Order: sequence, then structure tokens, then C-alpha cells
Amino acid sequence: MNAPVTQESQDRYTVLDRPPWRLRDALLRWEVILVILLVLTVVVNSLVSDVFLDVYNLADATSNFSEMAIIALAMALLILVRDIDLSVAAIVALASMSIGYAAAAGWSPAMLFVVGIGVGLLCGAFNGALVTWFRLPSIVVTIGTMSLFRGLTQVILGDQALTKYPQPFLDLGQNYFIQMTETSVPWLFVPPVPLSFLIFLILAVVFGIVLHTTAVGRKLFAIGSNPIAARFSGIPVDRLRFFLFVLSGIMSGLAGALLTARLGSMRSNIAIGWELDIVTMVILGGVSIAGGVGSILGVFLAVLVLGLVRFGMSINNIPGQVVSVYIGALLIAVISIPRIFEKLRGWRAGR
Amino acid sequence: MPDPVLTLTGVSKSFPGVRALHDVSLSLTPGRVTALIGENGAGKSTIVKILTGIYRPDAGEIRVKGEARHFASPRDAWAAGIAAIHQETVMFDELTVAENIFMGHMPVGPTGAVDWAGMRARSADLLNRIDAPIPPAFPLKRLSVAQKHLVEIARALSHDAQVVIMDEPTAALSANEIDDLFRIVAQLKAEGHAIVFISHKFDEIFRIADDFVCLRDGEKVGDGPIASVNEAQLVRMMVGRPVDQVFPKREVPIGDVVLSVKNLSNATEYADVSFDLRKGEILGLYGLVGAGRTEAMQGLFGITPMTRGTVTLEGRRLSIGSPSDAIRAGISYVPEDRQDQGAILSLGIRENITLANLGKYVRGLFLSRALEMTETRRLGRRLAVKAANWEQRLAELSGGNQQKVVIAKWLATRPKVIVLDEPTKGIDIGSKAAVHDFIGELAGDGLAVVLISSELPEVMGLADRLIVMKEGRMVEEFQRGRWSAEEIVGAATGARKEAA
Repeated sequence: MNAPVTQESQDRYTVLDRPPWRLRDALLRWEVILVILLVLTVVVNSLVSDVFLDVYNLADATSNFSEMAIIALAMALLILVRDIDLSVAAIVALASMSIGYAAAAGWSPAMLFVVGIGVGLLCGAFNGALVTWFRLPSIVVTIGTMSLFRGLTQVILGDQALTKYPQPFLDLGQNYFIQMTETSVPWLFVPPVPLSFLIFLILAVVFGIVLHTTAVGRKLFAIGSNPIAARFSGIPVDRLRFFLFVLSGIMSGLAGALLTARLGSMRSNIAIGWELDIVTMVILGGVSIAGGVGSILGVFLAVLVLGLVRFGMSINNIPGQVVSVYIGALLIAVISIPRIFEKLRGWRAGR
Repeated sequence: MPDPVLTLTGVSKSFPGVRALHDVSLSLTPGRVTALIGENGAGKSTIVKILTGIYRPDAGEIRVKGEARHFASPRDAWAAGIAAIHQETVMFDELTVAENIFMGHMPVGPTGAVDWAGMRARSADLLNRIDAPIPPAFPLKRLSVAQKHLVEIARALSHDAQVVIMDEPTAALSANEIDDLFRIVAQLKAEGHAIVFISHKFDEIFRIADDFVCLRDGEKVGDGPIASVNEAQLVRMMVGRPVDQVFPKREVPIGDVVLSVKNLSNATEYADVSFDLRKGEILGLYGLVGAGRTEAMQGLFGITPMTRGTVTLEGRRLSIGSPSDAIRAGISYVPEDRQDQGAILSLGIRENITLANLGKYVRGLFLSRALEMTETRRLGRRLAVKAANWEQRLAELSGGNQQKVVIAKWLATRPKVIVLDEPTKGIDIGSKAAVHDFIGELAGDGLAVVLISSELPEVMGLADRLIVMKEGRMVEEFQRGRWSAEEIVGAATGARKEAA
């Protein structure tokens, strides 16, 4: 009765290395839906407005969402492991205020970035420690620290604005980092690129590589899919989660520095409400709030879709409230599409 | 004797690949306590679930007071007057005692609002009936386990339950609390309720039961008045089968001591667990559910670090603070709870198999899919995993194949010692035989194996040596060939020595 199962398997079963490629599966990928959405956004906007495709306009548009998008990369990893950080915008404010005071004290532009990132790191470590040491749900902890960090900024600043920054620092935020360079070929040129967008592009590539090709990335997927089994498999679950909160803090601090340089002034209400815009980017990017599912490419595409939708509507003078309605409807529609297909398949299968 | 209040006739129930109950008949008489006896997996819980409307039998008949009934849901069973008190109480911690008692059938006033005053008054009456002075407005979470049992009994009474099923009600109780519970059981009996009492403890069974029904492998192997049998006879009935022939044992030469564990202890779950484990040896760890076997082995593996004790592997003293320390040292632990602790169902076979030693598949900075695939193919074939492709998500595989993938994950770490915690729990019979054969093969390859199992034939079939644990301590050790099923069960349940 105990047949030599080991031989049997080689003879009787052929287990393929990977599933056969099927067009329907490929087309139903989240990223494909987002690409279609992105193309639609660009086409509709460029038909409606002839200034949409202007490279300078587009470059300016990117600076409006790049700081948020930088934070969204870290948020994507947190949501992937079933955590969330709602204090990011408050960290931006705290970092920005610290930069403001440091600038007033005459610190160099490089040091201002260090200050912003350092404050972010500390805030993130605080969040991470509360979540992993005291085993508190991250949504509760970061709602608390959101209030705490923002409140600190408000108490210290009151209704005061910090407006004195060294010019080289402001240039980093307000000038293009890469200038428009034309070549002899009319359609071949280097577009103008703001620093924040360039940083976002580089970080997106780095995050994508880490998440999708390294052991650390695989561990994050494992934690998000089943944190208990991940721990039983020897993965240092809490250490990685702590590190992700620190990362989220660092990205928020960096974004705070870039935002401060771009605006050239800061008040205690800087970046208010960003946390939910950032979560929207991540969710639209296909990262499952239940954990374990998502891709950096998806988040990258979602960032572009949301950024270009906002930009397109603003150049057509559509009021912000309407933009909000549109984005809400878009988010709900996109996250429903895979479910609708699943249901349809279920009905066809006769259930 | 009065007419039976409830009879089961020819009840059978199967799950894919497992025959849980086969042609079981029993009847319950008002005013009598019937003990339901059997090993883990003998079918006791299946009977409870059928009686309480959670499972529907594939065949057979349930009659309540002579009338055939079909329970489509737990609600139907309640309505028919059958109530169960479970091992772990299933109640609402955040609600009050009264709300728990009347959950699902709260008294309603003329306006449709809950009649809170009436509900509390009736709760107080019910609790008084069983001499349990618990204030009805008290939040449940502030009660002890024993008090929660009393609330559950009150809940059963609130339904006018004719049949009360108690599934290991004493498992978490102190001696005094058990006395209290038994007093109430006697009272319910006097009031004419029929009681089903499930326990592994023979002293309790003989103290409280009037009748017994003994199950083995889903079949009824004996019943009658408890006075007509003694402990030794019951034990034999529970285990009586030619166990040694079920799983042919491989002959493996046993080598030097690999792992030496001394006085492994933690604060609450286990104390002074000590053993030596040799190359090629299979050490069985037997005991009742809750005997501390899993906890001790998880302590060894660094899940819940031990507070005292030493672990020496191949002469080297280890300090294990986390699972990754254990994995690095060469100790693997295949957990009991496959769904939650073992498998990552939403990931593919390859991603699961390589998870516990991902570092081995890294080339430069990146994971090498080719290296991962080589190992996946090797182990997947060795364990005869049946799948469409190696990227298939575990959620799409059968329980047995999931378990094979989990074992493959641990073999990929090239362990010297592997702890298998209930490796065949809940998997189909075909895969079970394959897993057994494979455990023998592992020992043959020179691994040292610790096999935690609550299935006597499994440990007796596979183990070279057997340690029995009870209440967190090692109570007896048996050598292969010098043991009997009766002795092992006797040690695990604390049955009197002369019974064995």
C-alpha cells in the first residue's frame, strides 16, 4: 500500500514550471487597466485642451504630485504588509517646520534636507516602536501620532508662517533640475524635470526592484499574505514592519523638504489631508488593503493617472470639489472592475 | 426506564477522503448522563456537530421524542431542545451575562424593543436555578472560565433544552470548580434533562456518567451502562485494533545523539522536558490535546522562547531566541495549524517552498528564480506534490498537497532535526500514507524526527521511542516493542495504573 510515491510522481504527473499564458489573464491584470486609464486620461485631456500636452505644463503638473507620490511608495509597502501610516502628512508638517527653523538659523540647503529626513526618521521610529513593541494596530497608533505631530506643529507655530530660506534651497524646489534641451530632431528632446519628480522616478525604480526581485521583497509579500506563517518561517516580521514605519517617516521627511523648497513658506496646515490622497494612490495602484497583493508599477501608474486627472481638470477650470467627485467615482469604478468580472465568470459557470 | 428523548439511528458522515462517522446509533434517556468516549478523531465532535445542526448527516435518522427531525441549522437544533456547551466557550465577551443567555431569542416588549428588565429578571432566575449567583448585568469578559460555563448552562436552560451536551467542560477548571459543575449536572439530571458528557478523564466519567458510548474511527465499538465496564475495558475499547500493522515501519539504523534537550520549561505551559534525540530516530510525543507538547516544541523552535533549560545540537549549546535562530542551527518545526501557521495560501508553491531559507537563492542582490525552481522541482517531486504548475497558489491545492508543500519548505532548510506537529491532521487518507512513508524516509536519510501526534496508531506505527506528556510534564517514556496502547493511553489520561 505504500507505493514508491517518489518515482510515481515523475512518471504520472508533469508539473509545469509556470501556468500557460492566457490573454484574458494578461488583460485583466490591474496594471493593464491602469495603462488603459492613463491613455484615456491623456487622450481626453489633450482633445479638450490644447495646452495639456505642453512639456512645461506637464513638468509643473508633476511637481504637484511628486512629493505625495514619494510617500506613496513607502505607504504601498506598509499596506502590503497589512499596516498603514496615517501620520505621514503630520510628519511632513513637523519636518517642514524643523527645516523652517533650521533655515532661519542659517543652516545650509544640504543640512535642511538632513533635518527633514532626520525628523521623519524619528517620527517613523516612534510609530514603528508603538506598533511592534506594544502590539497596537497601526491604524490606531498613527491616527494618534497624526494628531500628536500635527498638534505639536500647531502649538509651536500658532498662526505664524516660516518664510526665510536660503535661495539655493528654494531653487531646488522651484527650478527644473534637468533643463529642457532640444536636439536637431524636432521630436527628440530632453524634457524639463523638477527635482521631486526625478527623485520619485529613481525611488520608484529602486522600490520596484527591491519589492519584486529581492529576498526582502518576497518576505514583505509573505508577511502581508500570512504574518503568522511568515513568523513561523523565520522571517523577522516585527523588525521588517518597524523598518517600514521608519522608511515611511524618512519618505515623509524628504517630501517635507521638497515641498518646503517648492512653496518657499510653511504654516502649520501644510500638507493637510495628504494622508488620504496618498492612500488613494496606493489603493488605486492595486495594493490590497487586506495585504499580500500589489506592485510598485501599479502604484506608479496610479500616481500618474491621479496627477494627470487633477492637472487636466485644473487647466479646464473645473472646481476642486468636482475633481474630488470624479476621483472618488474613478477609484470605486476601478476597484470594482475585477470583482465584476469575477461575478460574471461565476454566473456563466452557473452559480 | 423512560422513553429516549433523542435517538440517532445509522448515522454516517463523510468528508472528502475521510469517513468521520459510520453507521452510528445511540439513544439518550431523560435523567441520565451518557459519556461519549473515544480518542481524538474518533468522531465525537462530529456527533456533537450533527446533534447541534452544524453538520448534516449523509445517512441515518435523528429522532427527537420519537419524531424524525432534520436540522438545517444550529437554530433548528436549539428549537428541538438540544444545547451544547463547548470546550472553548463561544460567547460574546463584550456583552452582559443576560445578553449572552438570551442571544438570538431576546424577550421583546410590545413596542418591539428588547425587554431589558424582563430579560435580566429571567436571567437571574435561571442562574439561581443552578445556584450560580452571577449578576445578569455583569460583562461576560469579567467572568472566569468556570463562570462562563455556568452562563452557558443557563443559556441552555433558557431554551428549555431537553438534551445538554457538554464537550470537555472540565478541561480548564480547577478541582473545586469541577465539583460545582458536577453538582449542577446532578441537578439537571434530577430535573429530567438528558446529558451528553465528553471527557478524556476516566475518573470524571466514572463519577458522573450513567451510560457510555465508545467510538473508534467513526464507528461505535461499545455502549451500555457505565457500571458494566471498568477502566481497563474502556481503554481497550478506545484503542483496540491491531495498531502495529497500520503503518509498516522502516528499519533505520540509529546513530549518535544529535539533539539534547534538558529541563525545557516556560512559565505556564510546560516544565522540565528533557530528551536526547539520535540520528535516524523518530521520537513520538503523545498526550491529550493541551498536554503541552506543541508549546514545548514551539519553545524549542523559538516561537515562544523558553524561560529555562538548555538545548544542545551536535555538541554545541544553542541559544534560540527566534525561529530564524532555530532554522540556522538546523531545527525545523512543521506546525500543526497548516492553514494559519504553515502554508501561505495566497502564494505559489515555489514561493512557499523557498520561504524559510530565502538567502540560499540569492545571487548578487537578487533572488534567482532558476535556483528557486531547481529546489522546488526537486522537493516537489520527492514529496509527490500534485499540481498543475509550480507557480500554482496553495489555496488551489488539496489539504494533503498543501501539507506536502509545507514539509518541502522545511526540508529545503536542510535541517538536522525536524519536529512534525500533527503532520496528518485533517488530510485525506491517501496523502496520510504518503506522509507516513515519507517520515520513515526522512529518518532513513539520517534526520532526527520528533513526531507530535494525538493519533495512537500513527505514533505507535512510526516512533522508535515514545514520550507521553500530561499537563505540561513528561509522565512516561516507552521503547518501541515494549509498549501497549492501553499503557500509553493510561499514562496520557492518568488512568489508574492497575487499569493498564
